Amino acid sequence: MDVYPQSILSVDGLSKSFRGLTALDQISLDVRRGEILGLMGPNGAGKSVFINVITGLYPADYGTVRFLGRDVTRLPSYALARLGIARTYQNIRLLRRMTVLENVLVAIKDHVNRPLRSLFIRNRSRFVRAATTLLEQFHLADKRDWLAGSLAYGEARRLEIARALAGKPSLLLLDEPAAGMNERETEELGDTIRASRKLLQAMVIVEHDVAMMRGLADRLVVMDAGHKIAEGKPGEVLAEPSVIEAYLGTDEADE
Amino acid sequence: MIQDYIVFVGVNIVLAWSVYVILLAGSLSFANGGFMAIGAYVSGVLTVKFGFPLVIAALISGIAAGLIGVLAGFPALRTRGIYLMLVTVGIAVSVKAVIESIDYVGGIQGFGGMVGTTPWHVVGLVGLVGGGLALLSRSPLQRILDAVREDELSAASLGINPIYVKLTCFGVGAFLAAVAGSFYAHYLIHVSPDQFGIVLSVFIVLYAVLGGTNNMWGPPIGAAIMTLTPEFVRGLEAWRPTAFGVIILCLLLIRPDGLLAFRIATTRTKVVAGSKPKQST
Repeated sequence: MDVYPQSILSVDGLSKSFRGLTALDQISLDVRRGEILGLMGPNGAGKSVFINVITGLYPADYGTVRFLGRDVTRLPSYALARLGIARTYQNIRLLRRMTVLENVLVAIKDHVNRPLRSLFIRNRSRFVRAATTLLEQFHLADKRDWLAGSLAYGEARRLEIARALAGKPSLLLLDEPAAGMNERETEELGDTIRASRKLLQAMVIVEHDVAMMRGLADRLVVMDAGHKIAEGKPGEVLAEPSVIEAYLGTDEADE
Repeated sequence: MIQDYIVFVGVNIVLAWSVYVILLAGSLSFANGGFMAIGAYVSGVLTVKFGFPLVIAALISGIAAGLIGVLAGFPALRTRGIYLMLVTVGIAVSVKAVIESIDYVGGIQGFGGMVGTTPWHVVGLVGLVGGGLALLSRSPLQRILDAVREDELSAASLGINPIYVKLTCFGVGAFLAAVAGSFYAHYLIHVSPDQFGIVLSVFIVLYAVLGGTNNMWGPPIGAAIMTLTPEFVRGLEAWRPTAFGVIILCLLLIRPDGLLAFRIATTRTKVVAGSKPKQST
């Protein structure tokens, strides 16, 4: 097992239930420096709840979350974001009535951490330049003056990831980034994710798409009904009988 | 006469901006008439009973109202939408009730003896607040406020603390309303609680909303028009409220987003949804 400096995020015995319904049962896992961790499982396995508890949307019932060695279990969303945990949402959440450029600008750390001081920041063009560079990497530069709400689905998804990266996070959590995408869009998304990888220390992807996970993830964790049922290299995990039974079913034979 | 116009229009402009500041972070406040009353009474007591200079008294009353706003706003801003509005209505109603019951400031009879406001005070205040808002509207802070108004959850996951932002706006709005209230009271010489009923708060919100709230120029235009219009339809003395009501209705019909809804950050884009074929690159 890895110890502290190697592990960006360290989750220990995390449990969460809603009105007696157990959504997460004693989940423990580590996200290691430099890796993309894939989190898989059938609907209702607790993957999104896991992300939401980690990012402070729901309070954990039991267990601890350590980020870069620091206990962050009880911190609210905004504090976690400032520490360097960024996320995207399953149902894309953009600031729809603001422009593409503004969506990225608003996430820049200098502004967010000291809102009042940002009144007097000089040389604001450097922020616009940084944001434009980021948009170029995500092939959105030509749409920077569009309203975010008018983007196509795939573009909106890319913008959400770009915006998450604008705050220079250490860890990025993607909640079902390929949901609702066609094959070509999913492929493009894979490229986007690979490109963002070098801007981060680690990434966690919650996803259904087996092919995508096989291609992207360094390690996989499989959940079912709030439990962790498997963990390891994608090839090995996807071949485990318990995983096939719980989740993949006959799909695995199709490949 | 012209002095009256300048002072009343100026005070109402600042009041409209005090609502606008709170609205910047997405909350609608019907408490600002109450904050104005706090400003009028606190500064009045300071100048009349303790001999403070007007400007100092106005600032102290502003800070007092700001603190009360933050204290009252903290539980209120955790609620959302219609509930938050009801809480602000509650603040306005209780401020009036509390003032009525304090004999030290004259109870229902009101409180008098405040003098010293010149049109210059009011013009200066409008200039300062306007300047501050202009600075704000070009700064990154404007985008932080926009983000909180658009989607608090999204804002929080970018590192913005929505409660803090909303509370600060609420406090600043209360401060502005109270300073405007101090100058107002020291121009009128005598104020009484019935001037600060809930209707006043509704009117202040109307100034801002009818003028348009998606840029800083809407609220002052709304305040100026709504302050001066009744003066010009004065001939129909008995019909004044009716005429006024009809004008408001017409405005809402013709310009539902307010008179000056030209904005900027949200409609700045030249490309509108669907007007271009969407090709992913």
